[in-house]
Amino acid sequence: MVDVTLWAGLRPLADNQKVVRVEARTIRELLRKLEERYPGLRGPFRGEVAVAVDGVIYRNDWSKELPEGAEVILMRRLSGG
Amino acid sequence: MSFDAAYRSKMFNSVGTRPLRPDGVDKVTGRARYGADFNMPGQLVARVLRSPHAHARIKSINTTRAEALKGVKAIVTAADLPDLTDGDAELFAILDNCMARTKAMYDGHAVAAVAAIDEKAAKAALKLIEVDYEVLPHVIDVDEATASDAPLVDDSCITGGMDPAPKTPSNIANRAEFGHGDVDAGFDQADIIVERSYKTEQTHQGYIEPHACVANCNTDGSAELWVCTQGHFVYRQNCADLLGLEVSKLRVTSSEIGGGFGGKTHVWTEPVALALSRKAGRPVKLVMSREEVFRASGPTSATSIDVKVGAKKDGTITAASATLRYASGPYAGMWAELGAMTSFACYDLENVKTVGFEILVNRPKTTAYRAPSAPMAAFTVESAIDELAHKIGMDAVDLRIKNAAAEGTRSSYGPVYGPIGIGPTLEAAKAHPHMSAPLGKNQGRGMACGFWFNFGGQTCTDLNVNADGTVTLAVGTVDVGGSRASLSLIAAEELGIEYTDIKAVIADTATLGYNDMTDGSRGTFSTSMATISAARNAIEVMRQRAALMWDIPPEDVYWEDGHAHASGTKHGNRAPLSVKEIAAEAGNTGGPIAGHSELVADGAGVSFATHICDIEVDPETGSSRVVRYTVIQDAGKAVHPSYVEGQYQGGAAQGIGWALNEEYIYGEDGRLQNPGFLDYRIPVCSDLPMIDTQILEIPNPNHPYGVRGVGETSIVPPLAAIANAVSNAVGVRMTHIPISPPRILAALNDTAES
Repeated sequence: MVDVTLWAGLRPLADNQKVVRVEARTIRELLRKLEERYPGLRGPFRGEVAVAVDGVIYRNDWSKELPEGAEVILMRRLSGG
Repeated sequence: MSFDAAYRSKMFNSVGTRPLRPDGVDKVTGRARYGADFNMPGQLVARVLRSPHAHARIKSINTTRAEALKGVKAIVTAADLPDLTDGDAELFAILDNCMARTKAMYDGHAVAAVAAIDEKAAKAALKLIEVDYEVLPHVIDVDEATASDAPLVDDSCITGGMDPAPKTPSNIANRAEFGHGDVDAGFDQADIIVERSYKTEQTHQGYIEPHACVANCNTDGSAELWVCTQGHFVYRQNCADLLGLEVSKLRVTSSEIGGGFGGKTHVWTEPVALALSRKAGRPVKLVMSREEVFRASGPTSATSIDVKVGAKKDGTITAASATLRYASGPYAGMWAELGAMTSFACYDLENVKTVGFEILVNRPKTTAYRAPSAPMAAFTVESAIDELAHKIGMDAVDLRIKNAAAEGTRSSYGPVYGPIGIGPTLEAAKAHPHMSAPLGKNQGRGMACGFWFNFGGQTCTDLNVNADGTVTLAVGTVDVGGSRASLSLIAAEELGIEYTDIKAVIADTATLGYNDMTDGSRGTFSTSMATISAARNAIEVMRQRAALMWDIPPEDVYWEDGHAHASGTKHGNRAPLSVKEIAAEAGNTGGPIAGHSELVADGAGVSFATHICDIEVDPETGSSRVVRYTVIQDAGKAVHPSYVEGQYQGGAAQGIGWALNEEYIYGEDGRLQNPGFLDYRIPVCSDLPMIDTQILEIPNPNHPYGVRGVGETSIVPPLAAIANAVSNAVGVRMTHIPISPPRILAALNDTAES
């Protein structure tokens, strides 16, 4: 079970919640369950999202396992130069 | 494919050495082929017609007379690039930027393009294209664009990130907020507060090589593109999406690259060249002039930023806030959001709030520039921190050390940090001889910190062991800063062979799996990880081949120091087999030997740097000169230290130019006044001192060798370090970048008058 913090732009798509509790073992499962609960998240979850797990930012590795109680924050996918 | 990327401490043989770069001789002898160096039989020359207006509705375009001109083979307008973006706003912005559809959004916006048998005919044809414009009011300045009566760049723009959403359009495309705690309560606890507004002007990456490509569309639907890019797989996808091509039928080859720094991360003219080739039925070469690069490629944002920082007398920062307005050109991006995320990332703050506003203006489409958006934010925050130190009477480094983020700190952008390197760079700065060296007359010293996110991404690599035991390493990340040398060192290290036995090449899109582009400081970080993985897979093949050669079970063979060894008392007296010996027998032990890897390289980890700058100012002219500069940054593990130092120096040099001279200057008519290197002044060698570097090596836990990306962070602190140095030299706080001689002189005169 992890508490997921949503970036401000996602909150209107998730009943205006800032933090959502989800039972998930991996980032992939987390995103799938969030999308099932809040279908409006489907758009942002296609190429716009990154996931910070205990301070490390993941942009691609949706197989990353989520430790119990991990700090999980959804962020916009970053651009670089 | 799973790959254990965890760091394991080891002694290195090849990694950490400084061999010559494999591409060096070709580059210094002129043999290296850049974007404009490729030619095809029957090739046409393309030129682009660009809007002379900052903002204008395109009522009609008549190409009849141009088409009739002798030598003209094709003309395209937006009508030849139909909108296939299917609601993807980011992709539509790229399309609209390639060729204006209903409105020209900035001076230099493409409105038509010609392919002709030579440049003379192409240029003559441009003059015969008749464009009927309805000139519209324009807005250039980031602050003026936020005024309620400002001309609307996009009259459908409703500010995102607002609750409730505004009912009327504006030039504010998006609002993004970050932070935690209660800043009002924090400021109430402060003994000293610094509050200032700052501005930075728009700058260009200033890459020496203009955008250039050769496109060739065939009648069977296949196409080729030779192009200067930071990511040929990304360009392939962009072009396929915009032109309705099958990805597999478009083969993109990246040329050598004369600089990109973020400016070559998406397409600009390439779809136009392909559209011209498709229409003409012949190859088309399209090379931007320097003027076109300035007017119509992707510079960074101009900004306007308000910062407030409060602290107790002992130096403890109690609260910090910033409002950041970033100009994004005519299309919304996430530039202000990145500024808001990075601005206070160096510090451990109980109360912090940043709000970023994305502002539309009639300037070129903003694109990434090396740690995009972070340098401007760092300039403002680090200036305020420096001023705070002065007011408290505390050493500027000590104040930063006291408030520096550390493992366990909640970052200003949200997550709690793991192990990070800001503290060690500050301690190194404090101990560095530069900090205590005496200053001369009219000289000032400044220092500043900087932060950037690094990232990894999708990466695919092939490692082929040739019959003579040499190795060809095919990678898909464009080499922008010496990565072929670094990756060859990595392969040599892993295989246990000589660096000179490795040949690294950048494979085209038809011969290797997808790779994200070289951005986010990811080239060496990601592709070294994939190279290690590919090498280990090749070693596994060679171990089995050695077992066949010895006719013993594979489990009795192990790999060490570049050789297969037979283990145990039963086989232990066999002489080890080298890569060359195993490769020589490959034809009879199962065929070619190769290792392949495809992976996503996440876990790059965030990056910090601290810079120190001494500057001398001529109080009579306002002219300034950097007399000493030091960069301190964590590389995790410097694979090829010379190129790590080169990245540090390059970022500092670009930052120095940005801080002191570079700026887009627009006239009242909204036209760019200085689209050339004579009037847009980037630093040259004679402007700069030797930039000293100190590489810290704190291993990245998420890379087998501990490697971190190093390409971008070095451009984050210079604006602030220089601003602090100049401010300390002249005794006036400089708040407007670039701190050019007229601005310094004006500040000195204002002070004298007051």
